[in-house]
Amino acid sequence: MIRLISPRRLKELGILGMNRRNVGFIGKYNPRRNYRLVDDKLLTKEAAIKNNIPVPELYAVIEAQHQIAAATEALSAHEAFVIKPVQGSGGKGILVIVGREGDQFRKSSGTLISAEEVRRHLSNTLAGLYSLGGRNDRAMVEAMIQFDPYLEKYSYEGVPDIRVIAFKGVPVMAMMRCATHASDGKANLHQGAVGVGIDIATGKSVRAVQHGHLVTTHPDTGASFDELQLPYWDRILDLGSRCVEMTGLGYLGVDIVLDKTRGPVLLELNARPGLAIQVANMAGLRHRLATAEKIAAETDDHNMKIALARQHFGVHA
Amino acid sequence: MASKTQIAFIAGTLFLLGVGLTLYKAFSLGFPLVPGEYREVWTIESKISFTPSKDQPVQVDLTLPEPLAGWVLLEEHFASSGFGFTVAEEASRRKARWTRQSMEDSTTLYYKLQAYQPSSAELADLPATLQEKPLLENDQATAMERLIGKLREQSADTDTFVALLVTEFNEESQDLDAQFLLGTFEESPEVVMLAVLAHAGIPAHEIRGIRLEDGRRRQTLSSLLEFHNGDRWVVIDPASANIGMPANFFVWQRGSDALLAVAGGSNSTLQFALVSNSLPAKAVIGMEQRAHEYALLDFSIYALPVEQQGVFKGLMLIPVAALVVVIMRLIVGLKTSGTFMPILIALAFLQTQLLTGLVLFITLVGVGLWIRSFLSHLNLLLVSRISAVIIVVIFMMATTAILSYKFGLDRALTVTFFPTIILSWTIERMSILWEEEGFREVFKQGGGSLVVAVLSYLVMTNRLVEHLTFNFPELTLSLLAIILLLGKYTGYRLSELYRFRDLDKQQ
Repeated sequence: MIRLISPRRLKELGILGMNRRNVGFIGKYNPRRNYRLVDDKLLTKEAAIKNNIPVPELYAVIEAQHQIAAATEALSAHEAFVIKPVQGSGGKGILVIVGREGDQFRKSSGTLISAEEVRRHLSNTLAGLYSLGGRNDRAMVEAMIQFDPYLEKYSYEGVPDIRVIAFKGVPVMAMMRCATHASDGKANLHQGAVGVGIDIATGKSVRAVQHGHLVTTHPDTGASFDELQLPYWDRILDLGSRCVEMTGLGYLGVDIVLDKTRGPVLLELNARPGLAIQVANMAGLRHRLATAEKIAAETDDHNMKIALARQHFGVHA
Repeated sequence: MASKTQIAFIAGTLFLLGVGLTLYKAFSLGFPLVPGEYREVWTIESKISFTPSKDQPVQVDLTLPEPLAGWVLLEEHFASSGFGFTVAEEASRRKARWTRQSMEDSTTLYYKLQAYQPSSAELADLPATLQEKPLLENDQATAMERLIGKLREQSADTDTFVALLVTEFNEESQDLDAQFLLGTFEESPEVVMLAVLAHAGIPAHEIRGIRLEDGRRRQTLSSLLEFHNGDRWVVIDPASANIGMPANFFVWQRGSDALLAVAGGSNSTLQFALVSNSLPAKAVIGMEQRAHEYALLDFSIYALPVEQQGVFKGLMLIPVAALVVVIMRLIVGLKTSGTFMPILIALAFLQTQLLTGLVLFITLVGVGLWIRSFLSHLNLLLVSRISAVIIVVIFMMATTAILSYKFGLDRALTVTFFPTIILSWTIERMSILWEEEGFREVFKQGGGSLVVAVLSYLVMTNRLVEHLTFNFPELTLSLLAIILLLGKYTGYRLSELYRFRDLDKQQ
């Protein structure tokens, strides 16, 4: 017999369901015309730079098939880089090159690929293989994040990223996603990455969950999640809530990575952030969103909103 | 809140409109709400096409069918724009006559009738009069005599004589005399057979009519032979030599006269489009009684031309399938690949039947995925890769059709109706999914799509649903209302009760 949770209990816990998220939040607070800024990563980057939000450095943009050969040639100037589809979704089509081995490129997983395979990846990207709705796309090449050594032990073959859900400028919930061997280096909770719920008040871990079960240590590196305290927490919250102002989207998922030298850097924005963050935090979003609505009604001040959020959503008193 | 009241208002209006119209039809017009006893009603649309001769008056005569062999004619429609039109009674036969002074372009005239056969009845008795003997050349007469002599020798009575004659004209290894007669008469085998029967002194004539096949377009007239065995009239199928009236044969006329006469035109053809509807017996009786007011009162699909009726029969089922998709996605939370792919797959299943459809679909998609993974190694651009997949899918469908034909599996032949594009897109989507998210996601979304498709299929083939959508198309408005309301559903999905099941225990 499949064990289910009763809808009434879910409601008590304040779990946000997919239908309510779509109708009550995305449909209501995220105007369609503003999606472009989020779905097009080049526009996001441009806007972020204008708003003094740090982003990874852009190396090149490839717009047409005939530019691929020359562009791949030009990439030899960089030891490490990341190729992304400009309008990609769900982390699809991201190729991370961490270094060189003669003529070959080393992927983040350690396997070597030839320049030919890099060109094929670019060609597929331009044809829209990884993009929303399969439209023709562009590819962008940006600097690889040298992630903060403090987080190294929390990730296996990949960059741990921090997801902050911000509603009307109030940071509501946060988690860190750590890639594991099981998730094939991808920070996707479905595929077995560990989701670590983060306390909004302190930046400390609340709990860590893999495949829906609590874990205390990273399954591959053995690092204990109990001791995790994210550095630059103030700046992370600040960045998260500033993105809401920048995009005009009320309900936003902000993906942040910690760079060794630059601190929190905006990786990408998501106008339809998933619900897995509730599983990582073992807490529901609905009550927090209601509180956030009150906070936003109370004050317009950016810092005030964050201060109130830390006060209300703190778990470690 | 404003949008909520708006939705509630629109949905309420639509729902009441749909239900109201349905109730009106049910109680005022006597349409039964539940499918009771059914009558197979055939709509036969006759299409007369011809090329008019220059500067000549045009006259088109069509002999209209008589109610024979238990057939009941329900209603008739004539389409004749620009023509003078009369229905005349001539020698106890009704004839439709279209006339026009002159015309330039080739044109088409329509005659539509609805008919059903409550029970098959014997044809009425006729006096046995021998048909006219055709004049024969000397060599033809000799061949005829030899053939009749040979058949007489082999047969016991008139029945076996005629049966042998029909077989002789159908067999591959025809009698030399029979071959000769066929060759020199330059007429259809039925005419030659009638000539032989005339010379043998057996009264016989043709029965003209239509072999009924649902959804068939461009059907042509068929002939049966009727002969008198000294005792009574017997019907024989000149194609199969089967004795008796074949099933699903609409008798148009008893006798060999031509149905269609066109003066002032050439290249005339008479073709039929056929659709069968299962109608509740009660409604059919109502149609008989008020054949005229019926057309005014009813705005059901029956008002459409026959060819479109067939299409609409399937089309009206799509909203129901859409409701299934909406429920499965919003309330149950199944993942499907694309919103309407399941509906299209279900429509394909309607043509192949469920089990064959499922097996073929899974096989074709499986093989397609395997081929596509090979194509992806060739490093092709996306557009040409998808096109290549489409071509491979077509090849696979052709192979399946040929193989199944060779093995005598007629069912599998219908796989050609599977929309190629849908199959190719399914394959393409699934393989991208496979590369990006792994097999689990392919299994989830592909499986979800199939489950929803199967459910839609089951709902669409339900007798009651078929009955309601076809006889009460206004119910679609109510369906639309329900779908609109579901669009505002913010409750949990069934799948979320599973997804978040651990949140409780570990608090």
